[in-house]
Amino acid sequence: MIENSATSPLGALRYDVAPESASLAHLRKSYGLFIDGDFTPPESHEQFETINPATGETLATVALADTADVDRAVASARRAYERVWSSTPGTERAKYLYRIARLIQERSRELAVVETLDNGKPIRESRDVDVPLAAAHFFYYAGWADKLEHAGFGAHPRPLGVAGQIIPWNFPLLMAAWKLAPALAAGNTCVLKPAETTPLSALVLAEILQQAGLPEGVVNIITGDATTGAALVEHPGVDKIAFTGSTEVGRLIQERVAATSKRLTLELGGKGANIVFEDAPIDEVIEGIIDGIFFNQGHVCCAGSRLLVQESVADEVLRRLLRRVDQLRVGDPMDKNTDVGAINSLAQLERIRELTDWGEREGATRYTSACALPDKGLWFAPTVFSDVAQSHRIAREEIFGPVLSVLTFRTPEEAVTKANNSKYGLACGVWSEKGSRTLWVAQRLRAGVIWANTYNKFDPTSPFGGVRESGFGREGGRHGLEAYLDV
Amino acid sequence: MASLRPAEVRARGVLIPTVVSIPSIDTDEELRRHVRSLSGVDAVGLESRVAKLGTRSLKLSTKMTAIDLAISMVDLTTLEGADTPGRVSSLCAKARRPDPTDAVVPHVAAVCVYPDLVALAGRALADTSVAVASVATAFPSGRASLGVKLHDVAEAIDAGADEIDMVIDRGAFLAGRWGQVFDEIVAVKAACGDAHLKVILETGELVTYDNVKRASWIAMLAGADFIKTSTGKVGVNATLPVALVMLEAVRDFAELSGRVTGVKVAGGIRGTKDALRYLVLVNETVGDAWLSPEYFRFGASSLLNDLLMQRRKQLSGVYPRPDEFSGD
Repeated sequence: MIENSATSPLGALRYDVAPESASLAHLRKSYGLFIDGDFTPPESHEQFETINPATGETLATVALADTADVDRAVASARRAYERVWSSTPGTERAKYLYRIARLIQERSRELAVVETLDNGKPIRESRDVDVPLAAAHFFYYAGWADKLEHAGFGAHPRPLGVAGQIIPWNFPLLMAAWKLAPALAAGNTCVLKPAETTPLSALVLAEILQQAGLPEGVVNIITGDATTGAALVEHPGVDKIAFTGSTEVGRLIQERVAATSKRLTLELGGKGANIVFEDAPIDEVIEGIIDGIFFNQGHVCCAGSRLLVQESVADEVLRRLLRRVDQLRVGDPMDKNTDVGAINSLAQLERIRELTDWGEREGATRYTSACALPDKGLWFAPTVFSDVAQSHRIAREEIFGPVLSVLTFRTPEEAVTKANNSKYGLACGVWSEKGSRTLWVAQRLRAGVIWANTYNKFDPTSPFGGVRESGFGREGGRHGLEAYLDV
Repeated sequence: MASLRPAEVRARGVLIPTVVSIPSIDTDEELRRHVRSLSGVDAVGLESRVAKLGTRSLKLSTKMTAIDLAISMVDLTTLEGADTPGRVSSLCAKARRPDPTDAVVPHVAAVCVYPDLVALAGRALADTSVAVASVATAFPSGRASLGVKLHDVAEAIDAGADEIDMVIDRGAFLAGRWGQVFDEIVAVKAACGDAHLKVILETGELVTYDNVKRASWIAMLAGADFIKTSTGKVGVNATLPVALVMLEAVRDFAELSGRVTGVKVAGGIRGTKDALRYLVLVNETVGDAWLSPEYFRFGASSLLNDLLMQRRKQLSGVYPRPDEFSGD
């Protein structure tokens, strides 16, 4: 029996480094644009570097697509749509999708390494979440390709044509899968534009599409910056724009697409509320809060960035939460034991710093993990703000980083009011052992996704998307087909 | 709004009060109230936490440290109807010097036998610090009167047992007679005197994680020195999620009472990989204070040889043949 001990440090058994091998990435020095089934040099003759945010090292150079390149890509997609894909039967389209899914599985280790190098997320997450889920989305939509008439959109739902798809840097491969799989299953052809800071996994995916024998031009992948995205949005040959990213850019896109025949779906920002009632299973609540905000460094649109905790258990929850925050292993994303990796870009790091400075300035109490951070690279230690008021910027604006704002409530009504008091409406979590209360709360929350006693769980069979400034349209599930069908 | 001051509530690791103060339970009603006030366990969340910790990668010196730690935590066990003095003697020889070719290998924590073989084991281990543990209380079913159970304990203690592994009355627990379970543990604890008491919950028969958590608390409130998962005699023995529930329980109990209770996982743990997964749970749930044979044990027989084999592999780079280690 210990009678005079103060604390028992967690993680006292130190883990030696367990790095995944970077050489598995098999990166080329430079990449062209994937147009018409092949990697081609850009008309722009411009290349730009993509760097590893954990080290600052250049990983490869990729092509910067300009208006002429976008033109080529859209023309290629149009040709493929008219000559091949629109007349390819669903059963045949399904075969390609299954093949892509299996190839993603076969090359999963390589994809995970590429994703972690380019994005900065822990290898554990790219290996156990991003890559398997990307494969799962292709498998799932492969099953729909020959059953569209039974999907509930009428007897003869038709594809839209050419889809322009712009994806963010937080889940580069997974977002590519979310966009491509339903579009291809529904019979569309695609021009996909990966994010400027994370183009590599989409280019490996391009190799996989070649390997799968996907007909030329059915998917074109063009790397570039914001101007590339803008050119794609404005291209008259595009029938549909699907965008995942910030609300700010989403708004611009909606303005540009207005008064055209283009269809639009937007998956934008969020300020998810994780609501914890006093009867909730405490140990799993702590893990749920941690997963909700520190998964992928908090670079998650549906992150549970606002913790709403019932006042009667607030001290208890906060104490346990901070103990757990101290335990998070922050550092080399390639280490298999790392929990929190690098911040993807300097711009994002500065945004996180700005908002957390505001948190202090507005009077919230800041707690930052005492973890050691590497010297090189872009890092932000896991941070929790308590004493946060609804009016604080850190309670209203999306920080998109490993920063949690803790607020309290007294009654279920107050929890719902506070959760809904946001311009966003993407995701919420409800934690309680009382099913009737969970349902009562869930019915009143204005959010596209509501998790009960869990958080950040994704499955291809389940639709995902937001309301209000979090966007519109659904990805995943049967609902996800609607975004790519003329119904 | 509540004012939450992180500076005050900040607690790195497990915060164990310096003064021991165990809540006194005088009536059935008090016990019931206490146990019912425990928060529930969400099975999905619990199992996903375990799965995530299962991906921890222990390499190089960490692996070596962990293997040696695991060896020192083994309760080398034989609990068969066919146990003989010869079998127990050879087990004791193995316990004191698991790898005769390498003096650096630590001895195991204890040898665990039936009461009638305690005296023999005690003699075989007399000049060592390997403890003699005895199962008792009508092990493994626990289906006997309290008098018989206490007599069983007394015999083991008289024969020199340092540790008693008792079983709880699962029938009484599942029928809701928690007070009876509690009282039996209190009585057995008294009969143990200075010997350490491990309370076997037989989690495979309690089935739900909520039950495991409740039984853990009943045992700790009644004075258990250790809580132990299983007898090894039913279909489901120790599992990682059950161990996590029990580790969270001992952590919370230590923070409440200042008393550190040990955890023993038993049954079905055969490989080094399994053992290291349990140590990761210990490391990341309760931490430093429990990372010693004083507060964490593996009840196992075949695990030891796999640990020795992996240890040799770490040192030499090649796997030795199984026959290079003695069978028991």
